[in-house]
Amino acid sequence: MCTGRVDLSFILRAFSRGADGVIVGGCWPGECHYVTEGNYDALATIHLCKKLFQQVGLKPGRVRIEWISASEGNRFAEVMSDFALRLRELGPMGQAEGIDSSGLSTRLDAITRLIPYLKLVEREKFRVPIRTEEAFDEFYGSPRMDSLFNDLVTDKLAMAQILRILEDGPLSSGTIARKLGLDRGAVARQMGLSLRQGLVSFDQEQGSYALA
Amino acid sequence: MNVAGSNFGDVMVVGGGISGIQAALDLAATGYKVFLVERAPTIGGKMAQLDKTFPTNDCSMCIESPKFIECDRHPNIEILTYTELEAIEGQAGDFTVTLTRKPRYVDEDRCTGCTTCVEYCPVHVPDPFNQELGDNKAIHIFFSQAIPLVPYIDDRCLFLQDEKCSICEAVCQNRAIDLHQKPRKQVIKVGAVVLSPGYGVFDPATRGDYGYGTLKNVVTSLDFERLLCSTGPHEGEILRPSDKRHPHKIAWIHCVGSRQVNEGGSSYCSAVCCSYIQKQVILAKDHDAQLEAVVFHNDIRSYGKDFERFYQRAEALPGVRFVRSYVSIGREIPETNNVTIRYVIPGQGVQEEEFDLVVLGVGLQPPASARALSSQLGVELNPHGFCKTDPANPIKTSRPGVFVSGAFVGPMDIPESVVTASGASALSGELLGYRRGWLARERVYPPERDVSREPLRAGVFVCHCGANIGRVVDIPSVVEYASGLDNVVHAEEGLFICSTDAAEQISNTIREKKLNRVCVAACTPKTHEPLFRDTLREGGINQYLFDMANIREHCSWVHSKQKEEATAKAKDIIRMSVARTENLEPLQEFDLPVNKRALVVGGGVAGMTAALSLANQGFEVHLLEREAHLGGMARRLHSTLDGLDVQEYLRGLIRQIYQHRLIQISHQATITNVSGYIGNFNTTVESEGRTRHIHHGTAILATGAAEYKPTEYLYGQDERVLTQLQLEQIIAREGAEAGSALEGVENLVMIQCVGSRQRDRNYCSRVCCGQAIKNALLLKEQHPRMNIYLLFRDMRTYGFREDSYREAAARHVKFIRYEPNDPPQVEPATDYEGRPVLQVTVTDPILGQRLELDAQLLVLSTGVVPSTGSQEVTRFFKLTTNPDGFFQEAHVKLRPVDFAVDGVFMCGIGHYPKHLSEAIAQAYGAAGRAATLLSQDTVKASGAVCEVRERDCVSCGACISACTYGAIEFHETPQGRKARVNPILCKGDGLCNAKCPTNAIILKHFTDEEIFSQIDAALAP
Repeated sequence: MCTGRVDLSFILRAFSRGADGVIVGGCWPGECHYVTEGNYDALATIHLCKKLFQQVGLKPGRVRIEWISASEGNRFAEVMSDFALRLRELGPMGQAEGIDSSGLSTRLDAITRLIPYLKLVEREKFRVPIRTEEAFDEFYGSPRMDSLFNDLVTDKLAMAQILRILEDGPLSSGTIARKLGLDRGAVARQMGLSLRQGLVSFDQEQGSYALA
Repeated sequence: MNVAGSNFGDVMVVGGGISGIQAALDLAATGYKVFLVERAPTIGGKMAQLDKTFPTNDCSMCIESPKFIECDRHPNIEILTYTELEAIEGQAGDFTVTLTRKPRYVDEDRCTGCTTCVEYCPVHVPDPFNQELGDNKAIHIFFSQAIPLVPYIDDRCLFLQDEKCSICEAVCQNRAIDLHQKPRKQVIKVGAVVLSPGYGVFDPATRGDYGYGTLKNVVTSLDFERLLCSTGPHEGEILRPSDKRHPHKIAWIHCVGSRQVNEGGSSYCSAVCCSYIQKQVILAKDHDAQLEAVVFHNDIRSYGKDFERFYQRAEALPGVRFVRSYVSIGREIPETNNVTIRYVIPGQGVQEEEFDLVVLGVGLQPPASARALSSQLGVELNPHGFCKTDPANPIKTSRPGVFVSGAFVGPMDIPESVVTASGASALSGELLGYRRGWLARERVYPPERDVSREPLRAGVFVCHCGANIGRVVDIPSVVEYASGLDNVVHAEEGLFICSTDAAEQISNTIREKKLNRVCVAACTPKTHEPLFRDTLREGGINQYLFDMANIREHCSWVHSKQKEEATAKAKDIIRMSVARTENLEPLQEFDLPVNKRALVVGGGVAGMTAALSLANQGFEVHLLEREAHLGGMARRLHSTLDGLDVQEYLRGLIRQIYQHRLIQISHQATITNVSGYIGNFNTTVESEGRTRHIHHGTAILATGAAEYKPTEYLYGQDERVLTQLQLEQIIAREGAEAGSALEGVENLVMIQCVGSRQRDRNYCSRVCCGQAIKNALLLKEQHPRMNIYLLFRDMRTYGFREDSYREAAARHVKFIRYEPNDPPQVEPATDYEGRPVLQVTVTDPILGQRLELDAQLLVLSTGVVPSTGSQEVTRFFKLTTNPDGFFQEAHVKLRPVDFAVDGVFMCGIGHYPKHLSEAIAQAYGAAGRAATLLSQDTVKASGAVCEVRERDCVSCGACISACTYGAIEFHETPQGRKARVNPILCKGDGLCNAKCPTNAIILKHFTDEEIFSQIDAALAP
């Protein structure tokens, strides 16, 4: 099994079960034990996960990838100690971000449900021209990536979170915006869209939305 | 006939280092019964002492030790350690070997390896494994991965000295210690012998070189390996001997005991030191980024695959200087025990510099046993004291039926030791082909129980690993915890669960308690999973119903001072492992039939040698050659430095190929398609207007390489500019005759590294220095008055070729070094008599002067470049090449002729430039590896492969593009196009799983459910 086998869902699963951080350890680039160089795919997954976290108000420093070969026991220990230290600085997951446990599971569930879509988008659009670490870092930090992410993921993610939060009961658009830390205008736009698509219904009396 | 434990075998391998181990494994896999004989208390050899290996910096022990276990468990290998060869009688096919089993004073059968004796032993002795830089007990296990994993008693034991102490005997509960053991003779009959005794290391103490032995802070490079290593005397901290402090400034000195013609030195080049010193510099910088490192060197001989880049990597590190100078030791500073070194910088004179530590790059020598082996076995030695071999077959000794592998042939690195080992297996196979499989044993397992309807019944076995785990982790409490986990019906502890009797006990428990899941909490699956899977099979359940919880490397070893936390962590690890086993499914490894025919692609010397060896072992071979004639690059060679008449040799080889009844040849052949997989390839070939479909079980690629066609130095514009191959042709065909191109040549200039060691071809072509020296010597023979100037960057006449380099210098070939940033200039001119010449201008860096040479002939030492043919063939077989375009091995060190694609092997210069004798050795190596496959009726394919749940597949193709192995293809179903995995091609990396948007593709044994259950268990409150 290669680092590239690490699915976004594994990372999210760990967070949803209470982890404060997830670290993925892979072979050094250029030292692939297969010929697949799947460590670059893992790198992409981590970059994507960080962006998603940022988008939903979670600290991206909670996910990390490091290259550690089987012979680098000392390095592994150093990396883990350092990561533990960083996580202690970051504080407990959710709590440190000012998100309660239901808000946290809303967010994680929403991302998890979006995984099939994210995989398609990643494959079709988030294409890194050369497989080097620098190229991946550069691409995921580029304005082009920001705009792609914004065009392709931001709304979908908002929608996924809204649909997920409505599973727990009807809410007004203001409450939704507050609970998810989203812009009110954006929520209103999403709600309008969802209404038209028949995904949600609006209760005039309560002023709240519910799943259709 | 039951031959287990008998003294009758097929082959005896003498020497249990990496080369002997590989020879034993290949022979055993091919179906021969092997006795592996080793003088030391364990197999492993020098490689076990190294920290990392160049140029990949893999951990040496980590990659070697799985091979120990493979040897140990192989039903066809019997390991005899602490054993010396006494005599050998008889002839090829029927040898009688007398051995002496030295007393280790410990009964291997009774000892469990618990090391209680070691703990109680009061005597500390310098530890030979750690180069005596640290201590060990008089009774100790040689190193922790030793095979057999039992102690031996050093001669310095108090009882052995004067019967003063026998505490070890008293504390051994198994009564395994026998202080009265005597040496005993054992006589074994075999058909062939492989000598792999390894090498000796130059001892600078004998001459007091560079103060070694008197100055505390002067160590050898092998000492330094141990200092670097985490299992070394200071657990991986580089501490200098005088005060056990970190050195901040280290000097390395090259060529200690090598390239020396004085008394006690060796005239040859030791071939590996340049690269191992670079490795040590890189590793030392890893340990201490602030370290200042100075390397005092002569020519840098980075002639191997990826060595040039490795050299550049070392040289580019901050704080690292490479200084080209001979050196002498100045003095020891009394207060600090620092050592000064004197060296010369051109233009600046003698410098003296102080260092905290000096590392001597000591050379390789013949093994200490060489002379004895030679007289006992009747094999001749060469003038350097290494094994004398035939230039046309560097694996054959002077005695028929006795073969040689590894550094006893001459200084060589690990891959070459492995290659020659596989080659020795091939040659033994040629001799003993008729009896292949007669003595071989196969394991027979009980029938597998169907557990699909049983409720989960898990068993947990927790290992003390002697004191390795038990001293840190509270094992009884862990066992108690494990027995309380869901579905666990049995939990127990054991001192060494991997010992043969403990494993048998687990098999019994599986049967008695009807276990259907097994978790072993012990060490690493990397080395021990095969053993325990085997144990499950013995217990009658599917081997995939097993998981290993690593509570040693991941726990006790790293938390040795936090016992409570370590115990809690061990529980966590076991909980995760047990959770995983619950989701495990029985998987079938399937048997694939093996077609017994080999396809050899390329009819050069390498391809022909491989083909002939396989045919001589009794396998059918189809040989493809692109040209109309066999011979390849060797058609242009006439002699070698080691004295081979290449054309005569070639004629003989070609004749044998055409005459062999098992070899079929296609000329002017091009491959147009390859399909299939290990054991079952189908290759379509166009040859002389015909299309053939060849069904074969294995393929050896020997497609060669090409000569670089220079654009430099007026080549192609001026007919007085030749390549070395063209010169060789002229020397051989018309050299001494009147009217030859050499007539009237007063001055001939050779330029090295044309097209090599440069930005776009960042590698050394390895053969050109030897080739230039060879031609220069031949010219001096034919035209003693000719002036020959050889312009070089580093003379890379590694190994015994150094002697020829020295001879050339003695015969007044003038060697002028040039710097790559100031290469020679060539232009047509006229000399002082008005005759046309080629004027070569070069800066001599020592004299600091521009030299003008008027040459009648200019000869370019052009590099070797990958051939387009090789590139095409690799695409057909889905193989990879390295950044330079040469074949990429499955593992640079330990699988040097295997491709990553199973069933495909390589040899010859398509892999990397190499001399003819090296290509021949590698061809035998490839034949040896291919024979391990062809001798099987079936091969096993792993059950841990991917599978598609078709109803979930949306035919997006994400998995197909993720799969580098081409294992996934679309196929039509009534529900439309669906992806389908060919399990034989799947390597189980699982990348496709992470790409599939619908989770339709599943990596068996690493399914989402299995991994989720581990994650959940890890974080369970």
